[in-house]
Amino acid sequence: MYNFEFVKPSTVAEAVSALGEEDAQALGGGQTLLPTMKQRLASPSKLVSLSGIADMKGVSADGGVLTIGGGTTHGTVAAEAGAYPALADLASHIGDPAVRNRGTIGGSLANNDPSACYPSAALASGATIVTNTREIAADDYFQGMFTTALNEGEIITAVKFPIPQAANYQKFLQPASRFALVGVFVAKYADGVRVAVTGASEEGVFRWSEAEEALNKEFRPDALMDLKVAPANMIGDLHGTKEYRAHLVGVMTKRAVTAAG
Amino acid sequence: MPKDHGIGASPKRREDVRFLTGVGNYTDDINLNGQAYVHFLRSDVAHGKINGIDSTAAAAMPGVVRIFTGADFEGVGSIPCGWQVTDKHGQPMQEPAHPVLAQGKVRHVGDPIAAVVANTPEQARDAAEAIEVDMEELPAVIDMKAAVQEGATKVHDDLTSNLCYDWGFVEENKGAVDEAFSNAAHVTTLELVNNRLVANPMEPRVAVGDYARHNGESTLYTTSQNPHVIRLLMGAFVLGIPEHKLRVVAPDVGGGFGTKIFHYAEEAFCTFAAKAINRPVKWTSSRSEAFISDAHGRDHVTKIELALDADNNFTALRTETYANMGAYLSTFAPSVPTWLHGTLMAGNYKTPLIYVNVKAVFTNTVPVDAYRGAGRPEATYQLERVVDKAARELGVDPIALRRQNFITEFPYATPVAVEYDTGDYNATMDKLSEIADLSGFAARRAESEKNGKLRGLGVNCYIEACGIAPSNLVGQLGARAGLYESATVRVNATGGLVVMTGSHSHGQGHETSFPQVIAEMIGIDESMVEIVHGDTANTPMGMGTYGSRSLAVGGSAMVRATEKIINKARKIAAHLMEASEADIELKDGAFSVAGTDKSVAWGDVCLAAYVPHNYPLEDIEPGLEETAFYDPANFTYPSGAYCCEVEVDPDTGKVTIESFAAADDFGNIVNPMIVSGQVHGGIAQGIGQALLEGAVYDENGQLLSASYMDYAMPRADDVPFYSVDHSCVTPCTHNPLGVKGCGEAGAIGSPPAVVNAVVDALQSAGKDVTHIDMPLSPSRVWAAMNG
Ligand SMILES: Cc1cc2nc3c(=O)[nH]c(=O)nc-3n(C[C@H](O)[C@H](O)[C@H](O)COP(=O)(O)OP(=O)(O)OC[C@H]3O[C@@H](n4cnc5c(N)ncnc54)[C@H](O)[C@@H]3O)c2cc1C
Repeated sequence: MYNFEFVKPSTVAEAVSALGEEDAQALGGGQTLLPTMKQRLASPSKLVSLSGIADMKGVSADGGVLTIGGGTTHGTVAAEAGAYPALADLASHIGDPAVRNRGTIGGSLANNDPSACYPSAALASGATIVTNTREIAADDYFQGMFTTALNEGEIITAVKFPIPQAANYQKFLQPASRFALVGVFVAKYADGVRVAVTGASEEGVFRWSEAEEALNKEFRPDALMDLKVAPANMIGDLHGTKEYRAHLVGVMTKRAVTAAG
Repeated sequence: MPKDHGIGASPKRREDVRFLTGVGNYTDDINLNGQAYVHFLRSDVAHGKINGIDSTAAAAMPGVVRIFTGADFEGVGSIPCGWQVTDKHGQPMQEPAHPVLAQGKVRHVGDPIAAVVANTPEQARDAAEAIEVDMEELPAVIDMKAAVQEGATKVHDDLTSNLCYDWGFVEENKGAVDEAFSNAAHVTTLELVNNRLVANPMEPRVAVGDYARHNGESTLYTTSQNPHVIRLLMGAFVLGIPEHKLRVVAPDVGGGFGTKIFHYAEEAFCTFAAKAINRPVKWTSSRSEAFISDAHGRDHVTKIELALDADNNFTALRTETYANMGAYLSTFAPSVPTWLHGTLMAGNYKTPLIYVNVKAVFTNTVPVDAYRGAGRPEATYQLERVVDKAARELGVDPIALRRQNFITEFPYATPVAVEYDTGDYNATMDKLSEIADLSGFAARRAESEKNGKLRGLGVNCYIEACGIAPSNLVGQLGARAGLYESATVRVNATGGLVVMTGSHSHGQGHETSFPQVIAEMIGIDESMVEIVHGDTANTPMGMGTYGSRSLAVGGSAMVRATEKIINKARKIAAHLMEASEADIELKDGAFSVAGTDKSVAWGDVCLAAYVPHNYPLEDIEPGLEETAFYDPANFTYPSGAYCCEVEVDPDTGKVTIESFAAADDFGNIVNPMIVSGQVHGGIAQGIGQALLEGAVYDENGQLLSASYMDYAMPRADDVPFYSVDHSCVTPCTHNPLGVKGCGEAGAIGSPPAVVNAVVDALQSAGKDVTHIDMPLSPSRVWAAMNG
C-alpha cells in the first residue's frame, strides 16, 4: 500500500466535494479496493469513506419498490431485504461474513466485476441506480467488465429494485474465489421476465434475451430446452472453458426458473 | 475403557492452548532491536538475461540502508542440493548452481534479482520499485516433454540439456520386465498427470538474521522443520560459517507440509546481510510471494503399464515419469521422484517384476520438492489408478483384484529394493468394508439416482515408507546427510524431565505425545515432562521433522535416552535401598525391591543424583542426563485401505464427497486423537489435490493460479466427516515403540480413492470415461462426460 489521506464525511455533499480532488477515490466497504491497494495496483491519493453517511444506509420497501442505500452492507441486505427474498438470498451468499459485514451494494455495482453477484440482480430487476446527480436505468448502467455509466467522482447513493412476482438467483461457484463462475438471476414481473447472467461473458453482465422471450411465453424450465448461448463471447480460463460456461448458463437459468416457481 | 494417561491415551494437545489464545511465538513475532527489513525484487519474467541493474535512484530513497544484487554474492556459495541421484548410465545428475541473488540470469517468475534493506518494510518495497533492471526476456521452457527435446532453450546454459537425470530402477530388471509384458494375457495402460501443488502452510516463511559483533556469532530465526539441517547447509555450503558460530532457531512453526524443510535463499540472505550492515535483517513473505518462492510439490507426468496373466495375477509393472525440478534443485528435490517414489511402486502387491524410469527435467518454474508424502503419493496414485482401470477392463471387482494380488507374507522383499517388515492388507481392507459400509452402497446409489445424482465408490490401498531413514542405506542412494535422530533427556533434581529433541513440531503435537511415552516408561504424570525443540543452541544435532519420522525415529532416540536414564536411576535406587540392582523394579513412578515393601520414589532418586550425599560415586557419576542418537534399521511401512463415495451432478460435473473412510495400520499408537487429526488433515489435502488444487503456468511461465482467487484450497464444506480407524495394528518390528508414522498417510492414500470414485460414478451411468486428470474440477468432469 502507498500512503494516502483519509476523510470520512457525514453527508453526500461533503463526499462529492472531497472527491473533486485529483486522484481521490470513494471507499465503500473496501473489500475490493483495499486488497487492490495492498497489491499496489491502485494508488489513490485520498480515500473518501462513505461509511459515515447515514443517508446512504438502510433498506426500505414502499409501493412495490425496494430501496437500498448505496452504503448498505451485504449483511444488512441479507437480513433486511425480506420484501425481495431472492435479493436477500443473493446477498447472504456473497463472500464470507467479514466481506458481508463490510462490503456494500454501491461498491459492488460501481466496481462491476464480471463475476460479481449484484450486477445480475440489478439488471434482471430493471433496477434504477441512483447517484448524487441522476438516476440511471440498469439497462444503461452496465457497460462491460469493470465499466459503468458512472462519471468520475459520482456516488451511488441508492439502488431501487422493483419487487418481482417471483425471482431466484443461482450461483455456480468458482472453486477458488467462490465468486460466480456463472450466476443467473431470473425475475418475473407483470410486464415480462428478465434474465441476467454474470460470471460468464467477456462483456460482463448481460441479459439473455432469447431466454426471456421463451419464458415470457411459458415460465417453466422446459421452455428453455432448446436454447443455448453461444460460447464465442464467454470467458475461458483455468476454471472453465467457454463451452462449459455457455452450458452452465443454460443449467443455472433452468434451475433459477424451477426455484422461482 | 480408554486410557487417560501414557501411551494410548488422548490428552488434549497442550500446545494448542498457546496457539488458540494467540500467544504462540512464531518467527514473525521475533523483533530484534534495531532490525531492518528486506524486500526482494523478484523477476516478473520466467527467463531473462540481466543486462544491467541501476539502483542509484533507489539507494537515495528514504530509509534505504543498502541494496544488494548478485554482485554482492560473488564468492558466496551456491544454495546446495542435499541429494545426488545417479542416472541409469551410472553418471551423477546435472547439478546447476543456485545463487542467493540472480547472477546475470533469472530462471523463474519470483527469482530474486535484488534485495533492498531499509528501515521499514514499506521503504524497502518503495525503493525496490525504483530499481531499474535492464532485462532481456528469453523464451521460457515450461512443458517438460518440450524441455527435453533436441534444441530446446536451456534453463542453465552450462548444462548439456534440461535433463537433470534419466533414472532407471531397477535397470538390471528392464529386460525381464519387457519380456513379461510380451507374455502378458492383459496389459492395462494409463497416462496421467500428478498435478503441481503449492503447499500453502498457514504461516508464510519468515527469516530474521542477526549478527553479534562481540563474539562473531550469527543467528538465524527461521520458519523451518529442521533447524540443524539449515545450519549445516547454510553454514558449510553457502556462507562458510562454522557451526559453533552459527545458531539457527525455528520457534513455533505454523505448518510446513514439506516446504519448510528446504534451505532457501532468503535465509542465507538475511544471515549474510545482518553481518554486512551490522543490524538484524528481517524478511516476512507475503502470501503472493509464497506462491512464487516456496518450493512447489508433485508435478509428474506418467505413463504406467500393468501386465497380468490369464488368472489376473500381476506379472509386471512398467512406468515412465517426467518429474519437474523447476529452475533449480531444491534441497531434496532429486530424491522425491526416485528413492521416495520408485521404491514404492510395488505398493501392496506381490508384482514380481518392476521397472521405473524417471526423467527429471529443469523448467522455468519455481523449484519443486517434497510435499506431504513426497514421491509416495505419486507412486500410490498411479498404481492404484492403473489397478482400478485393470479391474474395470477385465470386468472384475476392484477389491477382489487387489486382494488376489496382496502381499500376505512378511517380511517381504519387493523387487524395488525395500523390505516390508510387517503389514496385514486384508485386515485393513476388511476393516474398511465395515467402516465404509460397502455392502450398503447399492442402496445409497439408488437414493442418489432418485435425486438425479450419479454416485460412485472408489477404493484403494496404499503402502508408504516412512520413519526416514537408515543412514547407511540412504548414503548409498545419494543422500548427502545422515537421517538418524537425537534426543537429550535431562532430569532435574526434583524429578521433572526436559527432552531436547532433534525432531521439530510444525503442527504435529510433539509437546503432547512425546511426554506420553516418557510418562508410560517411568510411571509419572505427563505434566512432569517438557519438550524442547527447534533451537540448535539447546538441542543435539538432529535431522528434523518430515517423512513421518518424528515418533518412529525421534521418539526412538528419546526412548533410548530415557532407557539410559532409567538404568542409571535404577543403580541409584539400588544403592539407596541397599539392594541388588537386578531386584529393582520401576512402576508407577517408584523403584521397589522385588518381593519386599521397600520402595523409593522417582523424585528421591533424582534428588540423590544431584545431591549425592548417599550415592555410589565410585561406580557412577552424579547427575541424570543422557543423550541418544537413533539410526533406524529400516523404513517403517504404514499401510491401509481408503474408500471415497462421491456424487456427481450430471448437469454441471460438480463432484461432492459424500463420505470418506480410512482404515490404517500405523503400528502402535501413542495418542489416538492426534493420529486421527493427522489422518483428517492428510485426507483434506488429498481431497484438495484430487478436486481443487492446481498450480498452473501459462506457456510464458506466468503462474496463473498465483493467489487464492485462482488457487482453490479445500475448505470445511468441501470435505465430509471422516470415518477413520487405526485399530488394525501390526507393530513395526525394528523400533522400540513398534510405531510406523501417520503424518503423510492421509495425503498419500486419498487422491486415488476420489478419482476412482468419480470414474465409477461416470461409468455406472454409461459414460465412456476411463480417466480424468486432477484436479477434477466441475469443468473437467463435465468435459469428460461430454467429450
Ligand atoms: C474474500 C472475498 C470474497 C468475495 N466474494 C464475492 C462474491 O461471492 N460475490 C460478489 O459479488 N462479490 C464478492 N466479493 C466482493 C465484495 O462483494 C465487495 O464488497 C464489492 O465488490 C465491493 O464493495 P465495497 O463496498 O467493498 O467497495 P470498495 O472496495 O470500497 O470499492 C470498490 C470500488 O467501488 C467504488 N465505490 C465504492 N462505493 C461506491 C459508491 N457508493 N459509489 C460509487 N463508487 C463507489 C470505489 O471507489 C472502488 O472503485 C468478495 C470480496 C472478497 C474480499
